[in-house]
Amino acid sequence: MAGTAVRGRLTWETATVASVADETARVRTISLSVPDWAGHRAGQHIDVRLTAEDGYQAEREYSIASAPGEPVSITVERLEDGEVSPYLTEELRVGDELELRGPVGGYFVWDVADGGPLLLLAGGSGVVPLRAILRHRERVGSTVPVRLLYSSRSLADVIYRSELDQPSEGVTVIHTLTRQQPPGWTGYARRVDQQMIAEVAWPAADGPLAYACGPTSFVEGVASDLVAFGYPPRRIRTERFGATGQ
Amino acid sequence: MEPLEPGVLDGNAIGGLLIEVFGTEMTAVVGTCGRCGTASQVAEFAVYLPGLGTVVRCRHCDNVLMVFVRAHGVTCVDLQGLA
Repeated sequence: MAGTAVRGRLTWETATVASVADETARVRTISLSVPDWAGHRAGQHIDVRLTAEDGYQAEREYSIASAPGEPVSITVERLEDGEVSPYLTEELRVGDELELRGPVGGYFVWDVADGGPLLLLAGGSGVVPLRAILRHRERVGSTVPVRLLYSSRSLADVIYRSELDQPSEGVTVIHTLTRQQPPGWTGYARRVDQQMIAEVAWPAADGPLAYACGPTSFVEGVASDLVAFGYPPRRIRTERFGATGQ
Repeated sequence: MEPLEPGVLDGNAIGGLLIEVFGTEMTAVVGTCGRCGTASQVAEFAVYLPGLGTVVRCRHCDNVLMVFVRAHGVTCVDLQGLA
């Protein structure tokens, strides 16, 4: 197929910030009011566009943190040298407007019909779309068993900590803290490796479905560990984002 | 499938761009490399975002599958690397 030129068909719309909530010192959840939102699936994302006074525009994609049926919210980690995230996490106020388009994505999504058991693997803010999956599972009353293995730098960097401390029935949350652990910590204290996968993951014979989201290095590592553990590649859904903490 | 280097993204990152260009969700669609014949879902392609355009490569042989360049509100698309 030769090169061609087409005009855009996915439209940008204006959303209003309904509420903001700090998750950690560097991470904030922004709840949005979007007129005529057509709904989304667990795991999808939206594209956010900011326009400067001089007309310069920057686009970023953010996973939707809320379940289908809930108001759209995104959880944003502040990158110190970022163009967009410092504004979203520090400047944005309730009532401000934001341009977005979406929902986007049909691969890294979980619908009830996909079943389980589910193995969710999060590196840093890669937990965001997985949280949408957990909330969706709870809202629809699914009993699919879930294990979430969540890698963070320290306890203070754990996003949705209070929510994850009270998981619904059938959900197990396993943390690993890679850089700093609180006194008396008895959990994992290293990057996810093959040994950890062997201890935490559902046996391949159970027919599990895995979702891994995080920085590229995290996702590459856990995906190859899962394949080595016997998971068929088609049962491992992956989503990578630019380098941040895990 | 070759592992991706840090900083390289996957096809999920161009979901919005693909809807813009094709008018429908494409990340779960299977594409076949025109060079090595490897077939995989678009979400599993390697995506290089920084630079003048967006370059999408085969995870197996590194062949360039798709190139997108946006200028003056128009997105130019080159799909010659796909079978």
